Amino acid sequence: MSLIAIAWRSLTQRALASALTGFSMALGVALVVAVLVTHHVVSDSFQRNAGLGYDVIVGAKGGKLQLVMNTVYHLSTPVENIPYSILHDLTEGKYKSYVAKATPYCLGDNYEGHRVVATVPDLFNDSEYAPGREYTFRTGRNFHPTGFFEGILGALTAERTGLKVGDTFRPTHGVSDDGQGHEHDAFTVVGVLDPTGTPNDRAIFINLEGFYLLEDHAKPVAVEHEDHEAGKRETSSVAAHEHHEMEGHEEHEHAPLPEDQRELTAILVRTSSPAASIRLPNLINEGALAQAVLPIREIGALFDVIVGPIEAVLLALTVLIVVVSGVGIMVSIYTSMSERRREIAVMRALGARRSTVRTIVLLESVLLSLTGGLTGWILGRLLIAALSPAIASRTGVVISFGHLVPAELALVPGLIFIAALAGYLPAMTAYRTDVAKALVSAP
Amino acid sequence: MLAVENVKKAFDEPGGSRLPILDVEELHLGVGEQAVLLGRSGCGKTTLLHVVAGISTPDSGEVRIDGLDITRLHEAERDRFRAETLGYIFQSFNLLPGFTALENVMLGMAFGRGRRDAGRARGLLQRVGLGQRERHRPSQLSVGEQQRVAVARALANRPRLLLADEPTASVDAKNQQQVIDLIRETCEEEEIALLLVTHAPEVAAQFERAVYLENLNKVAAQI
Repeated sequence: MSLIAIAWRSLTQRALASALTGFSMALGVALVVAVLVTHHVVSDSFQRNAGLGYDVIVGAKGGKLQLVMNTVYHLSTPVENIPYSILHDLTEGKYKSYVAKATPYCLGDNYEGHRVVATVPDLFNDSEYAPGREYTFRTGRNFHPTGFFEGILGALTAERTGLKVGDTFRPTHGVSDDGQGHEHDAFTVVGVLDPTGTPNDRAIFINLEGFYLLEDHAKPVAVEHEDHEAGKRETSSVAAHEHHEMEGHEEHEHAPLPEDQRELTAILVRTSSPAASIRLPNLINEGALAQAVLPIREIGALFDVIVGPIEAVLLALTVLIVVVSGVGIMVSIYTSMSERRREIAVMRALGARRSTVRTIVLLESVLLSLTGGLTGWILGRLLIAALSPAIASRTGVVISFGHLVPAELALVPGLIFIAALAGYLPAMTAYRTDVAKALVSAP
Repeated sequence: MLAVENVKKAFDEPGGSRLPILDVEELHLGVGEQAVLLGRSGCGKTTLLHVVAGISTPDSGEVRIDGLDITRLHEAERDRFRAETLGYIFQSFNLLPGFTALENVMLGMAFGRGRRDAGRARGLLQRVGLGQRERHRPSQLSVGEQQRVAVARALANRPRLLLADEPTASVDAKNQQQVIDLIRETCEEEEIALLLVTHAPEVAAQFERAVYLENLNKVAAQI
């Protein structure tokens, strides 16, 4: 009979007390795992997604973090718009030498709470969302530049809305599904993306050209007309939608909106060189029309200043819970020692050394800790699975269970360390048991 | 096989004085020899067994088993010697309650260098008539059955010397004879020396050699 078997038997002999102690350890570890995994995956995903496919985001002057959050993560509300001319400056104008690729973004609509991103087909043609991983379509295709009212669904959006290729949907004005916005014209789903593990999974992408043609989406322009009755000329603002109608266009004709009526929410820029990613933001920020931010830097600062300390506090709390569970193990085994003096003495009388009974008690502590801890690990993972949809909808980060978080690998040695500490006092009590006295004492 | 010579042992008293318990000049036991150790309560019979088993150390004197003076061994060496050479049967059985009958028997071979032979443990349980009850826990066995498991456990490590401390004190008359027969027959078959403590005259009468501790123990004789 091995020492582990003896230790396990001793635990099962006190099944209820052992189960309760192990359960308390399980709860502690479940919390640690939930905090560790959620934090690691979310922060890793945030930092990874911050810099893929582009280096710089150009948007309206205002909150830098807000610009990053609503452009990259589809969170928060969009900042003001920037002139469409900046896209020309980046692609063929004064900033051209710094830019390898510039992708325009227009935000402002949603469909059943999913952000609608108006952009160009090029976003999916030549962009990596992870190193070596390009966007691929589960079904359908990319939208065509002339397919103004075509849309593409992120994997999560398709799953949640039930939309599929060939279906139509009508975006609602406003970025949140608060029931206040009016419905726009219908778009047709032409493709569904494969899952990417990025916030884009829960977005809907539509053709920028179609977006501009929707009601309230074009910049009001000054239109001159005569007031015949007054006999003088008057200038007034006319919305693009009305402008279209005034010019006699039917929506189905899909004539592009003139550039003077266009604005952009942001432009994702892949710079031509590392040096350009430093120089370009400086140049843009010198002007008054827009600002340029480095998403990696903004997210890094967010994590350093806010998320990092919160993580430290959460970790400290959860580690404290595990330590308390460890103390529970110690109390459980230690209180059992008085009633087990005779058992220990019997084992000693059968030839067990002092160090052997000490090892048996330490093994009990380790087994209790590991059993509770591994149960807690499973509970923690189940907890994460339960929280996963909420995390995905709030942060856009889809938690994948494909790989272990590095800190989880420290779980087993960590539990053994805690068990060794917790078991030390009772183990030494067993070590010091006076065999002769214990054998003659009343059973 | 066993030689106890000039062994003295005293215990500390609350007042700081020492209370002498053992003062045995000489006790010998041959290979496979069976002897019953008699004496009134408190004369030091259990203490003598503890000293012979190496559980307690004497204040002075020698305890030689197969020529090896175990009083000169370090504690860990005595533990190993005990695990490999001695068997011990307790008055109150001292089976571990959470362990099955088979596991209790296997515990008897868990601490030595020898093989942990489940086959031998099962064979011993068969021999004591409990082959069908190896998965039962002590609480599921009768008092007599528990003592038979304790006998099997004491024999599990193939001891050279078996020490039995009033093994029939807790069993009824019918079981008492079964237990004594079992112990004596097994020791005879395996050439195991036996030193058995008893208060029962009918048990003592079955042994060819009876040792009265009062005759050996100067301290007990004076009390």
